[in-house]
Amino acid sequence: MARVLIENITKSYGETEVLHGINTDIQEGEFIVIVGPSGCGKSTLLRMIAGLEEISSGTISIDDRVVNNLEPKDRDIAMVFQNYALYPHMTVFKNMAYGLQLRKFSRKDIKKRVDQAAKLLQLEELLDRKPRQLSGGQRQRVAMGRCIVREPKVFLFDEPLSNLDAKLRVQMRLELRKLHRRLKVTSIYVTHDQVEAMTLGDRLVVINAGYAEQIGTPLDLYEKPATLFVAGFLGSPAMNFIKAQISADGKQARLSDSVQIPLHTGSADCGGKEVTLGIRPEHFSLTEQGHSTLPLTVDHAEFHGADTIIYGRLPGNDELLTARLPHIHHISQDKVLHLTAAPEHIHLFDPASGKRI
Amino acid sequence: MIENRPLATWFSHAILILGVAVVAFPIWITFVGASHDAIRMTQVPLPLLPGDQFFINLKAAFVDGVGNAKEQSVGIMMFNSLIMAMMIAVGKIIISLLSAFAIVYFRFPLRMVFFWMIFVTLMLPVEVRILPTFEVVANLGMLNNYWGLTVPLIASATATFMFRQVFLTVPDELLEAARIDGAGPMRFFKDILLPVSRTNIAALFVILFIYGWNQYLWPLLITTDKSMYTIVMGIKQMLEAAEEAPEWHLIMMTTLLAMIPPVLVVIGMQKLFIKGLTETEK
Amino acid sequence: MLKRTHFKASPLPYLLVAPQIFITVAFFIWPASQAVYQSMLLEDPFGLKSEFVWFENYQLLFSDEIYFSTFLRTIVFSSLVAFLSLTVALLLAATADHVVRGTRTYRTLLIWPYAVAPVVAGTIWMFIFDPTLGIVSYMLHGIGYEWNHRLNGNQAMALIVLAATWKQISYNFLFFLAGMQAIPKSLIEAAAIDGAGPVRRFWTIIFPLISPTTFFLMVMNIVYAFFDTFGIVHAVTKGGPAKATEILVYKVYNDGFIGLDLGGSAAQSVILMLIVITLTVIQFRYIERRVEY
Repeated sequence: MARVLIENITKSYGETEVLHGINTDIQEGEFIVIVGPSGCGKSTLLRMIAGLEEISSGTISIDDRVVNNLEPKDRDIAMVFQNYALYPHMTVFKNMAYGLQLRKFSRKDIKKRVDQAAKLLQLEELLDRKPRQLSGGQRQRVAMGRCIVREPKVFLFDEPLSNLDAKLRVQMRLELRKLHRRLKVTSIYVTHDQVEAMTLGDRLVVINAGYAEQIGTPLDLYEKPATLFVAGFLGSPAMNFIKAQISADGKQARLSDSVQIPLHTGSADCGGKEVTLGIRPEHFSLTEQGHSTLPLTVDHAEFHGADTIIYGRLPGNDELLTARLPHIHHISQDKVLHLTAAPEHIHLFDPASGKRI
Repeated sequence: MIENRPLATWFSHAILILGVAVVAFPIWITFVGASHDAIRMTQVPLPLLPGDQFFINLKAAFVDGVGNAKEQSVGIMMFNSLIMAMMIAVGKIIISLLSAFAIVYFRFPLRMVFFWMIFVTLMLPVEVRILPTFEVVANLGMLNNYWGLTVPLIASATATFMFRQVFLTVPDELLEAARIDGAGPMRFFKDILLPVSRTNIAALFVILFIYGWNQYLWPLLITTDKSMYTIVMGIKQMLEAAEEAPEWHLIMMTTLLAMIPPVLVVIGMQKLFIKGLTETEK
Repeated sequence: MLKRTHFKASPLPYLLVAPQIFITVAFFIWPASQAVYQSMLLEDPFGLKSEFVWFENYQLLFSDEIYFSTFLRTIVFSSLVAFLSLTVALLLAATADHVVRGTRTYRTLLIWPYAVAPVVAGTIWMFIFDPTLGIVSYMLHGIGYEWNHRLNGNQAMALIVLAATWKQISYNFLFFLAGMQAIPKSLIEAAAIDGAGPVRRFWTIIFPLISPTTFFLMVMNIVYAFFDTFGIVHAVTKGGPAKATEILVYKVYNDGFIGLDLGGSAAQSVILMLIVITLTVIQFRYIERRVEY
């Protein structure tokens, strides 16, 4: 268990910088998820922590020891790869034992540790098999086992669930969470899947185009997204963004000549400004026609069982809005629904900088 | 096949059987020739069916010896061929594995220079640089020994390129996992890379064994001492020695013995052979 | 070309490439440069002194009618061997690919001549066509055709072409068959549904799709006929009668080791090397295009 401190980390390939100064302080025993779209630099960051990529500038320290120039094997970390990277010619037992053998553990200790890990991961029956004789989920568990036996200070996960089918992914997610609760090893987990990120992480680091957009707990990020990117990236279906103008007194947002909605009282200082409103689909509710409701003309609807996702347009605006409404079954096209959203659920962003106001 | 046309099928089989027959005909003749005695082999027309002298000729080849003065034992020649084929195959595999490993897994100054040095030898057969190479070997005092027979043939760009291809298909993550597990370069080479490429190594071995066994011009130049003759060149010497009245029954027996080991290798390890052939050449 | 994560620089990679580089330098690069150097030397007949003459040996070669006809002969020989062995192999591979049952058996029965050394192949064919004893020459005699490759240059050429072709069929067959079996079955089935019969399917679907293999084999066959057939020529005809079967690689050997014309032989070596390098480059460019490195 260890604290991992990432200070001002940058990564450049020749002239191009792909990571621009990332700072994160990962606490002992914390499960942190680095999330972002593909190509944002999240895997590069993880590989730099592992020692597989060189660090262009900045420092990474594990337990107050700067590890920038240490070989991967000397950093006391273990890693689960996206394709598992199991040694194809070794049995499950040998795959798990290999790292211990290289560290000159005694035969007895190796056996003890591997057996323990195998029991924890329900791999006891499979110890003599080769990786090609295993299913995807089993391989995944062996890759986990290989990390556990080493009892490292930090676990690194590089999209470990992305090669599994949807059902197995949900199941393995749960197991990972349980495992972490039990072992309490500091874990750094990279994924592009926001659901995975929200469900697994104690805290999330959202990375976009080489910048850390926001760091915080899943709830923080959901309730107070710091940027348009974070707001749009987390949550499904994604948040609606609507252009609007704030009234001079800051109490209303005008969407068009006829449509306006009330805002939280704390928005007074941006009176008169052009903003982007962000409203999550699940924060709309159905109401009677009134002075400050949003008249949504239904384009189409998807019935999901517990609730229905409605896609529609506001007058004078061509973009589709999404609303998630419970207990509605029959909605015909072109019907007008009157929606409202509580002021505390309306997020305001500066359209130029994308920052939260 | 998609449509069911018995006639076309029969026709196809007929073509194939004819092909097999044409390909096999010379070998049949060799076998027949090796199973008759010396007298029968001077009478026209020569037989088309095997005689009863096969084992007598076999014994003659191994025990009494062949060649003009019966001084040449087929056993010794086959042994020399075996040593040469093994040394060439094993030697090539070892040095190619090592250099391919260096070129794929290390970044070091002069890496591309080395790569191109190996590359220019890609298709430079020994036949085209025969005289100067012979001089080098003579100057190094490697005539008439196994080193001279094999070492100049050991450097091969083909094998290096094949291993380079194989190594490039090994997932990067395997190396990364091994590094995190604590393996250094040679550890990784021995524990991971070699076992992972073992079928490629075996396939290459099959090809190189045949290549080594069938060497002709090189042993012809390097060996003047009869105890160093290989069987493939020995046949030629037998033809030469007996220009006037070749002992065809013994020559055919030797010929048969010269091709049995490589043919057995090809047929017995057909899968590896095909893999080796298609991978080294492509 | 290089792995994403590679090991740190150390003396190790130099040690790893050392054996191969050493052998390459000693037995390839040094001799090849020696050949270039010697090709510019003129030695007196006793080998006592030599004079640096720049390109005189090459000029001599290019004005030498014998060399020119050797060149021509080599091209004829190579084309014949390549054409015949490719045609026969293509026919056999197409039929073997076509039959449902027995493809593997036929393959086994057809590939083993690859393992026979050229000189061994030459010896056997020489025996079969021996002017006094040979079985085929006896049969030819029976139908009124006199065979004696020791006297008749064309017959000698035919014999080495035959031996060289016979040995090469299996190699070509193997690659053709592998190429054909790599074609998705659904493609052939689609063509059949479109109404193409087996022969038409072959020419419109299979043959165009294996054209990379065909090109590759053409280059390989030329290389084979140029260089690997030395053993056949040496065993069967020794370039005779009257140089009727002397091909380039045999002439290099003959002029150098038997004729002891070192400068001329070296110049020939250099020309052969240039041919090989050209073929290698052609081949490599083609591989580069196909295979992602």
